[in-house]
Amino acid sequence: MIPASAFFYVAAALFVLGVLAFFVKKDLLTQFMAVEVMLNAGNLAFLAVAKALGKAEGQVVVLFVITVAAAEAVIGLAIIVLIFRQRKSIQTDGLKDLKG
Amino acid sequence: MADLFWLIPLIPGLSAIGLIVFGSILPRKWIAWQACSSVLLSFLLAAASFLKLARLPEGTAALAKTLLPWIASGSFASPIAFSLDRLSAVMALVVTGVGLLIHVYSTGYMADDRSFARYFAHLNLFTFFMLVLVLASNIVLMFVGWEGVGLCSYLLIGFWFERPAAAKAGMKAFVVNRVGDAAFIIGVLVLLLNVKSGGFTAINSAAADGLLPAGAATLAAVLLFVGATGKSAQVPLYVWLPDAMEGPTPVSALIHAATMVTAGVYMICRLSGLYTASVPASAVVAWVGGATAVFAATMALVQTDIKKVLAYSTISQIGYMFIGCGVGAYAAGMFHLMTHAFFKGLLFLAAGSVIHALGGEQDMRRMGGLKNRLPVTFPVFLVGAAAISGVPFLSGFFSKDAILTSAYAGGHHVLYGLGLAGAVLTAFYMFRAVYLTFYGKPGAWAEPGGHVHESPPVMTVPLVLLAVLSAVAGFVGLPALFGRDADAFGRFLASSVKSVGHHLGAVTEGGLILLATGAAAGGIALAFVLYRRAPELPRRLASRLPGVHRLLVGRYYVDEAYEAVFVRPLLRGSEAVYRHFDLKVIDGALNGSAASAGLAGRGLNLLQSGLVRDYALAFLIGAILFLGFVLL
Repeated sequence: MIPASAFFYVAAALFVLGVLAFFVKKDLLTQFMAVEVMLNAGNLAFLAVAKALGKAEGQVVVLFVITVAAAEAVIGLAIIVLIFRQRKSIQTDGLKDLKG
Repeated sequence: MADLFWLIPLIPGLSAIGLIVFGSILPRKWIAWQACSSVLLSFLLAAASFLKLARLPEGTAALAKTLLPWIASGSFASPIAFSLDRLSAVMALVVTGVGLLIHVYSTGYMADDRSFARYFAHLNLFTFFMLVLVLASNIVLMFVGWEGVGLCSYLLIGFWFERPAAAKAGMKAFVVNRVGDAAFIIGVLVLLLNVKSGGFTAINSAAADGLLPAGAATLAAVLLFVGATGKSAQVPLYVWLPDAMEGPTPVSALIHAATMVTAGVYMICRLSGLYTASVPASAVVAWVGGATAVFAATMALVQTDIKKVLAYSTISQIGYMFIGCGVGAYAAGMFHLMTHAFFKGLLFLAAGSVIHALGGEQDMRRMGGLKNRLPVTFPVFLVGAAAISGVPFLSGFFSKDAILTSAYAGGHHVLYGLGLAGAVLTAFYMFRAVYLTFYGKPGAWAEPGGHVHESPPVMTVPLVLLAVLSAVAGFVGLPALFGRDADAFGRFLASSVKSVGHHLGAVTEGGLILLATGAAAGGIALAFVLYRRAPELPRRLASRLPGVHRLLVGRYYVDEAYEAVFVRPLLRGSEAVYRHFDLKVIDGALNGSAASAGLAGRGLNLLQSGLVRDYALAFLIGAILFLGFVLL
């Protein structure tokens, strides 16, 4: 029997990895994958809580999040493709249009 | 017909609205017909109502009509209501009658003007407001008419607003009237507070029954009279009227001679109960009137502009009306108001005819010798001049005599003396104008290239009608010498205004009439000597008395004094406020807040790198800080 805290540790580790990857990598696609990792770390944390408390609500929320994340991934990827088409590059250092 | 009397003001009002809205697309002929026929309809209605009223037995209540509830607050109510009693019927008849003739005359005088429609729209609007003033059954509604005629006066004085002098004169009239009207409205409020009603009958009976405290009655009466000095151009607020001559001449005839400027007299007659109850206020009225009558007449002596002579003469004649009202002879004041409307309207229109004939020349020194060239204008001007001078059996003779006799009989001998002195001056300056304009050497018009033509019939017919009225109107108010019931006018008004009765012996009264006749004859003779017999004499006289002459030509420097005491300090004060408060404080606050917002924006701008990573980092730091705050 694996204790619930182990799930938390894995979730935390995944999240930190996602954050690190987001800041280290400079192309949009990899950063997007890092965000997905953080999101799934969140999912794992939900499951850990559900397991610790012995309730099913956490699992339901995770199913919703996965669904929404799928939709979000479609849009996110579409945006990345469009940016690439316009600029022939997805390096985030070049995306400075919001500078005031 | 008489039940429809409330339509009297509304017809010109509707016509005015029509002309204001559609004036630019209507043909001139239509405009002229509409403007004149609306006033004609009003006149016919007024005449019918007048006849009906005259047949009603003495002491019947006035015809009344409430059109709309207007101000209602608790127990106080001031509806839009008209009432027609004998006083307002006479006044309405004068306003519509003289107004009609002047409308007709205007169609000729203004025929070539660019703004024909605007002129008649404003003239109709004026008639509307004047009739509201006259027929109002309460003082609040009267104030609406009072302000309305002031507005129309402003609009019509500044009718040729392209000329800076006209625009300035209009503004001056408006601002000077504001001073009086401020006092007027305070007077109205004093009455409303004390009587709890604005109705004229309520005010008069409250004053007569002593329900109105004596102090409040005097205060209200004096404040209302200050308003009247503004509107009726009396000392000290008369300065706007001479400048008002910048307007078209028929406007001067209608507004600044026959009707609007006499509104103050009408107001006092309307509130005769109040003024009778307050002896000090009546004394103020009489003395201001007496002072103005002589003061303005002296200024008329040296004017060279024909319209300015008539303007000062109007101020002086209204002074007479106020003498009459002040000594309690309200009917005599109204009588002079009526005859003055005829002969002064006539004089202005005749002067306008002269000006028209000379292509805009107003300086009498450049006229001269027009007697035979203007075969209609000359005799009617002569009739008007004789009437105002008090030549026996013309209208002015009877009305001025009624006032002076009342003053004498009331024991106001100094006022009587002032009035008599004013009568001499009046006869002198009027015949000075006659001799300068129509006699003597022909002026500039006779030179080659100049041409003179008599005015068209549309202008001369009103002149002749007014001349007839000026000549015979006096017979409705014969002095008591002609029998106890001779004063038909006074008896007719007796149910509306309570004049103070007086009894003089036939010898005294006859003597007074002879004295007045002598005054007129003396003034005319003096003018004849100075301006016909020995035309070089006036110049010698002027050089002999340079101080007096300069004072008169400078019009006692009253305008300059007002300029120095009121206008310039006010302008300079406003300038200082503008410089130091408007520009620095108000504009400063506004510009300062805009500048500080801009500065803050520029500062925060530095935080925006546009890089996704930087934003994410800020987000991460925030999240860590938040987490630390929650956990620790």
